[in-house]
Amino acid sequence: MAFTAFSGTAQAAEPAVRKRSPIALLLLLPGMFYLILFFVTPFFSLIITSLQEPDPLLFGEFNNAFNWQNYVIVIETYWEQGLRSIGFAALATLFALLIGYPLAYFIAITLRPFPLLQALGLVLVIAPFFISFLLRTLAWKQIFATEGPVAGILSSVGILEPGTAITGTAFSVVFGLTYNFIPFMVLPIYSILATFDLRLIEAGNDLYGSPATTFRTVTLPLSAVGVISGTLLTFIPAVGDYINASRDFLGSADTTMIGNVIEANFLVLSNFPAAAALSLLLMALILVLVGFYVKRSGTEDLL
Amino acid sequence: MTNNEVPQGGFAEAGADLELVGISKRFPGFTAIEELDLTIPAGSFFALLGPSGCGKTTTLRLIAGLEEPTTGRILIGGRDVTATKAYQRPVNTVFQSYALFPNMTIMENVAFGLKRRGIKNADSLAHEALQLVELDHLAARKPKQLSGGQQQRVALARAVVNRPALLLLDEPLGALDLKLRRQMQVELKDIQSEVGLTFLHVTHDQEEAMTMADTVAVMNKGRIEQMGAPQDLYELPKTAFVAKFLGQSNLFTGDVVTTAKSSIVVDAHGTRIEVPTDRAQLHNGRITVGVRPEKVTLHDSAPKADSSRNVIGPGRITDVSFSGVSTQYEVTVPHHGAISVFAQNTSISTLHRDGDQVWLSWSVGHTFGLADEAEAEPVSRFHADLDTSMIAVQSRKDLEAELEEA
Repeated sequence: MAFTAFSGTAQAAEPAVRKRSPIALLLLLPGMFYLILFFVTPFFSLIITSLQEPDPLLFGEFNNAFNWQNYVIVIETYWEQGLRSIGFAALATLFALLIGYPLAYFIAITLRPFPLLQALGLVLVIAPFFISFLLRTLAWKQIFATEGPVAGILSSVGILEPGTAITGTAFSVVFGLTYNFIPFMVLPIYSILATFDLRLIEAGNDLYGSPATTFRTVTLPLSAVGVISGTLLTFIPAVGDYINASRDFLGSADTTMIGNVIEANFLVLSNFPAAAALSLLLMALILVLVGFYVKRSGTEDLL
Repeated sequence: MTNNEVPQGGFAEAGADLELVGISKRFPGFTAIEELDLTIPAGSFFALLGPSGCGKTTTLRLIAGLEEPTTGRILIGGRDVTATKAYQRPVNTVFQSYALFPNMTIMENVAFGLKRRGIKNADSLAHEALQLVELDHLAARKPKQLSGGQQQRVALARAVVNRPALLLLDEPLGALDLKLRRQMQVELKDIQSEVGLTFLHVTHDQEEAMTMADTVAVMNKGRIEQMGAPQDLYELPKTAFVAKFLGQSNLFTGDVVTTAKSSIVVDAHGTRIEVPTDRAQLHNGRITVGVRPEKVTLHDSAPKADSSRNVIGPGRITDVSFSGVSTQYEVTVPHHGAISVFAQNTSISTLHRDGDQVWLSWSVGHTFGLADEAEAEPVSRFHADLDTSMIAVQSRKDLEAELEEA
């Protein structure tokens, strides 16, 4: 057969564009300057603060030292809040994915023949951003209030004992986190699915793949990059979030997350070394978790 | 097999008959197919030929189960599959866009259908199919790493490996360059005769259809104009569309003036053109007759009267295009317009020049009479289906279908 003549001609490797020009470096300068000023400098300042020891004479004053025990102390004191942060963030990420994926699929694929409805769908996903994050979270506090509509309905049908609080529970915090981060889940998945070739679904069906099988073997793997970006964009800020879990919003003393602890140490207790150590630990923890996750999901090119 | 199952295990022993009964397909705003009846016998290589937008791809998608017919029934091997979904039908498609799964290797792509049906030795069968298209050495690659021609062959292997009772080919060679296309045509033909499957090939390339298929159906505006062996279609087209779409034709329209037992005579603007009765679709009134350009001979002077030949002329050569083996002349004859002539370049002396006065003649036996008139451009057969409730129903159906897929 005559096919051999044409095999092996496939690999047209893209030539790597590698040109160094002074203009490129010049263009990088503002960005580099910004990063040094607002990331590298505070980062080192944070490291130094985290190792300080209290001044023996003045309360609330700290001197530079190498007091690494700060880290041991904060882990011993706040491990529970740390674990709770990961648990709440993981749950919120899971719920955001369960709600966000079908929503992104609906907008990107089901509404594809109707560009106007598609645009409307996207606007509706983004619309909450037009109102302040704080206001929206406060609004949920009202909705979930003991005298509020949700508690009223639930207690009238007997699911909830009258007078039971919904706010201040793990439920309301995870709910708030899920609600606030859904757009960060929907948008990356949408952007992947918006360019998804529907003919692949037809090909899957044609090759004896039922809709469910075709989704599992074709659509889902091909949108994995969106799912991974979405989960990262949700999980990372959710771990450090201190608004939803705050007792002023949807949380209580029982739902304190690591962000609340850092806030309290910086602003209330004035224990700067402890707050700095917690911040750095949180950063390290997120890096390890995310690195492990991305490695496992086989998309290293994201990092 | 119950209604919700993927066909499990086993391969089609041989190709199956395909039968379309009264199929119509309406989309919001237009009708793609109207009352289509078609039977494709098992084991044949059938080509559906037509211009873009004639409904041929829609027909294919209906058979594959990717669209639902508005009316009518589809039978494969005698079994009514109209109500079944694409994944339940013993049919595979080679898509025009290849539609290879980019997340899988070539091997996984080819084994996909086998694995869905739970066939045990899927991997070794997939390797065999890849060997058939000579791509086994690339089994571990991803589709992106292959050239267009190679992807095409993978798409073919991915469909053929399932030994479907019916293999659908949607312009499968459209994206290939001429040389590779020729090779693939031969290859496809070989595979078809080797495995004895029923092939339904959709194309707009008349040459491809004629070289590959046993039976060609020419489709126009959602309807099959004519169906038959390629040489029969070419030698005896029945409609003006077929005469013009399949090769070239010179057509003349006039009234029938004499009807004899063996032939009829048409008077086209004063020229008498004789057609054998059995080659004419209509035998009285105003009819269109024609002849293929390569059947026409040029003469420098008025040819001697010969009852076995039709003569037109004199006319003037207005265009000469020399193409090596043959020369194409455009001859303008008063009242008849431009007539094409293909002349074999058998000797240099037969060459005519632009502006020469010539007469044309051809054998009565090569003349054909059409069932419709050439001049009158056929008015659109379908009324625009612009009724809003129709559009609403269709969009709703599409939406439901999408949701079901999700």
